[in-house]
Amino acid sequence: MQPLVSIDLPSRQKVQAAYVVNGEPVEVAFAPHKTLLEVLREDLALTGTKHGCELGECGTCTVLVDGVPVLSCLALALTYRDRRIDTVEGMANGAALHPLQDAFAELGAAQCGYCTPGFLLTARALLAANPSPTRDEIADALSGNLCRCTGYLKIFEAVELAAGRMREAAPPRPAAEKGSR
Amino acid sequence: MTKKYSVIGTPRRKVDANAKVTGALRFADDLVLPRMLHCKMLRATVPHARITRIDTSRAERHPGVVAVMTGKDLPIPFGILPISQDEHALCPERVRFVGDPVAAVAAVTEDAATEALDLIDVDYEPLRAIESIDDALANPEPRIHDYSDDGNVHKVIALEFGDVDAAMAGADLVREDVFFYEGNTHLPMEQHAALADWDPAGKVTIWSCTQTPHYVHRAASKVLAMDPAHVRIIATPNGGGFGGKSDPFSHEIVVAALARATGRPVKICLTREEVFYCHRGRHPVLMKSKIGVRKDGSIVALDFTSFLDGGAYGSYGVASTYYTGALQTVTYQVPHYRFRGARVFTNKPPCGPKRGHGTPQPRYAIEVQLDRVADQLGLDPAEMRKRILQPANSVTANWLRIGTMGLGPCIDAVVDGSLWKSKYRRLPFARGVGLACSSYITGAGLPIYWNNMPHSGVQLKLDRSGGVAAFCGSTDIGQGSDSVLAYCIAEVLGIEPVDIRLVTGDTDLTPVDLGSYSSRVTLMTGNAAIQAAERARDLLAQAVAARLSVPIERVTFAGRRVFDAENPRDGISFAEAVQAAEAKFGSIGSTGSYTPPRSPGRYKGAGVGPSPAYSYSACVAEVEVDPQTGIVRVPKIWIAHDVGQAINPLLVIGQVEGSVYMGLGEILMEEMTYRDAERRVVHHHPSMLEYKSLTTMEMPDVVTYLIGDPDPNGPFGGKEAGQGPLNPVIPAVANAVYDAVGVRVDEVPCSPHKVLKALKDKMKGKEGRFGPAGMPDYAFPAPARVLTPAQGGDGREADGRAHSEVGGGR
Repeated sequence: MQPLVSIDLPSRQKVQAAYVVNGEPVEVAFAPHKTLLEVLREDLALTGTKHGCELGECGTCTVLVDGVPVLSCLALALTYRDRRIDTVEGMANGAALHPLQDAFAELGAAQCGYCTPGFLLTARALLAANPSPTRDEIADALSGNLCRCTGYLKIFEAVELAAGRMREAAPPRPAAEKGSR
Repeated sequence: MTKKYSVIGTPRRKVDANAKVTGALRFADDLVLPRMLHCKMLRATVPHARITRIDTSRAERHPGVVAVMTGKDLPIPFGILPISQDEHALCPERVRFVGDPVAAVAAVTEDAATEALDLIDVDYEPLRAIESIDDALANPEPRIHDYSDDGNVHKVIALEFGDVDAAMAGADLVREDVFFYEGNTHLPMEQHAALADWDPAGKVTIWSCTQTPHYVHRAASKVLAMDPAHVRIIATPNGGGFGGKSDPFSHEIVVAALARATGRPVKICLTREEVFYCHRGRHPVLMKSKIGVRKDGSIVALDFTSFLDGGAYGSYGVASTYYTGALQTVTYQVPHYRFRGARVFTNKPPCGPKRGHGTPQPRYAIEVQLDRVADQLGLDPAEMRKRILQPANSVTANWLRIGTMGLGPCIDAVVDGSLWKSKYRRLPFARGVGLACSSYITGAGLPIYWNNMPHSGVQLKLDRSGGVAAFCGSTDIGQGSDSVLAYCIAEVLGIEPVDIRLVTGDTDLTPVDLGSYSSRVTLMTGNAAIQAAERARDLLAQAVAARLSVPIERVTFAGRRVFDAENPRDGISFAEAVQAAEAKFGSIGSTGSYTPPRSPGRYKGAGVGPSPAYSYSACVAEVEVDPQTGIVRVPKIWIAHDVGQAINPLLVIGQVEGSVYMGLGEILMEEMTYRDAERRVVHHHPSMLEYKSLTTMEMPDVVTYLIGDPDPNGPFGGKEAGQGPLNPVIPAVANAVYDAVGVRVDEVPCSPHKVLKALKDKMKGKEGRFGPAGMPDYAFPAPARVLTPAQGGDGREADGRAHSEVGGGR
């Protein structure tokens, strides 16, 4: 992990940082106290990442840093310079929705849609680590994300549907091939 | 249900689903304009005080600050109800709760605006704070608002339908039970945000995540002292409302005033703490229900009293108060009914409408009381309820006209599905089942301010490309109202929802729809959309009939084609049909509108309760209670909802599941509580971490049954689904806790410490009940007496006074 910001930096002097955001290298200048949430939304105009509390309580602002869910409202942007950041804008492949996005839309897992980006990214990290999660494992992985509309059930169903479709599209490699890379 | 539809009744994704899952949908705080300033508001740090001095000079000199405003800049009051114009965009001389807005700053950055707040000096002269219902009743002074009915009692209601005391005297069993329902809040995931842009021509546009752009339009025009024709409100996609964004809010007006003052766009996004202060959530209600029944469980009379803790402002409170008494009669036959209600002012964030608006509290009380009645009479609570149902196509004692009524089949569905008969009073200790029912309005019969215009309007524009643009003031708050609008139009015109471009919630462009509250949108917007679409279809049909040389009644619309029903291959595309119509008539447009039917009630207060259609719900909850900790777990819920006709069953089930979730939060954990050394008026925990709500780990399995026959007043027969299914969940869980461990918690939420206290008391040989001991001693006025329909009444008060269209909800 990178060292944290040096605290003697004048707070209004912008700092420069580089990231790979949704696969694209970006450089951005911002006040050093800014959170990753603020840099994404305000300096990179990636407003797909939402916020519900800005205190690390609701999970709405979840993004992936090197594939791991991070609450962007609690993360100093400088902490993650040079890292790989994935937001909801990077999930679809052109006009083709990611299977999780498609399943959320199809099953009504997004009602108001405000918490949806955070759920999608948390679920994406879950399925990357565990392509066949049980209902309990899904609930556990998503337990830091609050949703007030759905009662979570359609979200569970959507993750299960997407997981099934992703397994069909990319069957697990035979055991012999594992570790060959 | 024999009618065949192509769009209606089929599960399908929402029109905006893909925009929501890609992050493409732009919510209010996502909007940015060139030269935009950021606004922050200074809020009162004391619960009740006179402002003796405000000095903004240091803030004005702070680098980056462009403008500072205080109450003297916006002296005109506003409020959602015409009878409660008691709020100011910024408090001019008095603050009434911790969080009341006092000053506002516009600065070039959010940081500069925040820093400037600390540089505003405010001196307060404290007033005694009023903390509770008892406190408000006992202390008429200091009076929080001078327009109240009686000291710090904001509103007093006393109504009697029939002769309650005489009927009660003939009952086999009379029970009196007292309940308390703690307040709770909506907790939408999106923090309120608004952006205003000043047009140098002298106009202003406000984008806001409001549920009610029309009412914001009225309030903002009034406070800004501008011609409403020069004020435009655009409701942005709404990141959760649940009633919490249905009042006009000070921040919406303040950004507009700052935009006017600076000539620049101004945006505000409230912090989560500020969202807790905006509140307008569930009223804390203390209730007494006195019921008289015969041995078979049939009700001979009901006498219901409620006290509401309204917080610091009126909001929808008068309507909320009526709603704690209005809908008791629409589920079961109540031949004689008395309702007394009083709402008090306290120095806490204002209460208002939350999902179910004023009805979850009394519904909880009477459903738990009926559980006790059944217990005492040795009756099965499900069978007892089925015997006493209010009939379809009837008028209640308080003059509400009931249309379709599917509660009986709802009860059957959850009783069968849950294996109720093998579980009720038969599960081992600590496990239990409970049943409860409810009903809700599908839109209010009267608007919030008196007028005789439609409640919803739709305009259509058809062009030669075959595209249809629909304009409607309705506001999608996640429930899918945009989708319903598209589905209804697509069904009538025989095209696909994706063919329709929607423009909604924009007061400059769209005809008025009153807003997303009272479960009104599907029915009212749906009916207006059907009318508009049918009028457009008629124009196209005339042109196509001439083109095909067939009688107009044979012209059929389906599959994006317009054709001869008797010879389907003889037809043209929908786009060609529009072209034919445009050639014949000129530009093609149409309008539709909807006004609810008139209600038979004519007494003062008859304005709250009438609805074009009532939905019905029944719920069975299964619980597990840990007798060591008092923790209540809910492994499974069965719920049946009479929705008439599902416009899109996927969305209806989503509403039902979301209602179950929110109801469980209310009965298990959610509460707005207050603290402080002297008076309990400081919010205990204005944060999402400390305000407990269900996570994925607590959400049970839910089995949903959609029931019902199409209602003649609903679009394609549809009734509401967004609010009603919340109501039965709360008492069903309370009743299940009693089935599990034999104690009654007569308070919401049913927190572990309350269960434990009741269990300990029971082990000591006491009653095994946790709840309020009694009701405050308050002298209500003699009730206005209204003869019931069965008594041959005419809907007016018995003394001959007529209050046509007058009611608390207007």
